[in-house]
Amino acid sequence: MFDDLTDLYQQLILDHSKGPRNFRVLPDANRTAQGTNPICGDNYTLYAKVDGDMVKEISFQGSGCAISKASASLLTESLKGRTIAEAKNLFNKVHDLVTTGNLDGDVGKLAALAGVHKFPARVKCAILPWHALMAAVEGKGETVSTETEKELS
Amino acid sequence: MAQPLILEPEIKLNTSASSRRQTQPVAWAYLREDFPILDQKVHGQPLLYLDNAATSQKPRAVIDALSRYYERDNANVHRGIHELSNRATAAFEAARVRAAKFLNARSADEIIFTRGTTEGINLVAAAWGAKFIKRGDKILLTEMEHHSNIVPWQLLAERTGAQLVFLPINGDRGLLDPGQLDEFLTSDVKLLAMTHISNSLGTINPVAEYCERARQRGIVTLIDAAQSAGHRPLDVQQIGCDFLALSAHKMCGPTGIGVLYGRGERLEETPPYQGGGEMILSVDFHRSTWKQAPHKFEAGTPDISGAIALHAAMDYLDGIGRDRIAQHDLELGAYAFEKLAALKGIRLFGPPIGRAGLVSFLLDGVHAHDVVTVADQRGVALRGGHHCNQPLMKKLGVESTARASFYFYNTTEEIDRFVEVVREIKKFFGT
Ligand SMILES: Cc1ncc(COP(=O)(O)O)c(C=O)c1O
Repeated sequence: MFDDLTDLYQQLILDHSKGPRNFRVLPDANRTAQGTNPICGDNYTLYAKVDGDMVKEISFQGSGCAISKASASLLTESLKGRTIAEAKNLFNKVHDLVTTGNLDGDVGKLAALAGVHKFPARVKCAILPWHALMAAVEGKGETVSTETEKELS
Repeated sequence: MAQPLILEPEIKLNTSASSRRQTQPVAWAYLREDFPILDQKVHGQPLLYLDNAATSQKPRAVIDALSRYYERDNANVHRGIHELSNRATAAFEAARVRAAKFLNARSADEIIFTRGTTEGINLVAAAWGAKFIKRGDKILLTEMEHHSNIVPWQLLAERTGAQLVFLPINGDRGLLDPGQLDEFLTSDVKLLAMTHISNSLGTINPVAEYCERARQRGIVTLIDAAQSAGHRPLDVQQIGCDFLALSAHKMCGPTGIGVLYGRGERLEETPPYQGGGEMILSVDFHRSTWKQAPHKFEAGTPDISGAIALHAAMDYLDGIGRDRIAQHDLELGAYAFEKLAALKGIRLFGPPIGRAGLVSFLLDGVHAHDVVTVADQRGVALRGGHHCNQPLMKKLGVESTARASFYFYNTTEEIDRFVEVVREIKKFFGT
């Protein structure tokens, strides 16, 4: 009966939300962006060190629900050492995954986010760190908010 | 004149569960039969609706009043001379009289129909405030106000150069300190606007005492009764306020309608809010004159069906007895608070006793949104977020809370089920 719940809160998600990876400030970051969800108060800052078109280092700080925190943690794990083009590509795949449940190619551990699509109210939580990431790597250095979702998605 | 055929609430009430137990103790669970929506499953579990502070469910009597109006009497008010218009006008004005009685106003002319609490407060800020609030004046609020009793005053302050001052609460217990009030009631304070019941904390404020002390200093008072109107007897003369705003949808009525009570002399000195039809006496190309209160504050075609359904809601509540509802509310609030307080790793907000029927809480290490998502899968409708109380959340040092809010159709058995779900949530997240 609680299949949907255990789909949403897979062990990997619970694990990353309780012990987030790369959860720190990056002192030599040359890109940062903030992501906030004013409805529930989720608030994250993403730090990236970008060299040429390569994401050399990436980390995050902040607070929010299990879904947003795990998503941010998984994001930092999957993007280190990738190019900006690859990051954008991954953003699109994750966006599809959490909104439709469709998995297009291999996204590694990020597949754990597939359960989110059955919880429309939680899609914003999962995608928030990714919007912040895009703002960061595009050098916008601004705050992105879930409440301009029209622009964002 | 034709009688409004739609209004037979007394007769209708006799067929509903509520009135069958006028003199006996109320069998609260039995009242659920009056609420068709409560009889359903959500995610395979019986619905347990605990988001009543956001909006209450509607009894059959209210739903019927709406459809009966549209099936039999619909017409515009105050305009036509034909039969249907007469009926609609009579029913609309009967709702005004009923609201005056519900609040013990001195006259139905003190009752303005609005879209809800938010519009009521905005009306006072825009119409009364624009005339009477000047640069350097202070508007006194409390730290537990809903955004709808903060932002309209911020807009007014921006326009006039007035300043907002906030009465503090004593941390998580969420109480104001009446002993501090005098030091805040300085001569530059022109208005005290405060909530009767906090939608996040469940605090019940001693509004009559606050209004009296403000009035002694010539300070105008406004009470946000959004959370109290459907939960306890309300008497504007006993409270002694100048304005009081409420929303029908939190008290068994439909969305889109509310009441602003305004003391007669206040309404007289207040200029119109919006301009348009219904509110005018005569219009020239360059000048108009307008009607007396309350009509000068009701421009345009009003929410006629909403007012009529609100009438039915007020009859329904009084059919049960608001004093009984208040007693049950206190019992549910205290019961839930006590049960939750027995859990480990939980932070509760608001006073332990003498609280309204709602409980805000946080589980250690679990975000409110995750609590609400899991509860929903168990058929339990909670609310998680800042509850339109962002400044209060900042004061408490949290971003959000989870909230269970009750109404008279809830029972202690349901609270047991809710607490059991909270236990499971703690287990699920391993805390
Ligand atoms: C204390 C309080 N004031 C004001 C409001 C606003 O009511 P409405 O949205 O019906 O105008 C609410 C409802 O959320 C409330 O709880």
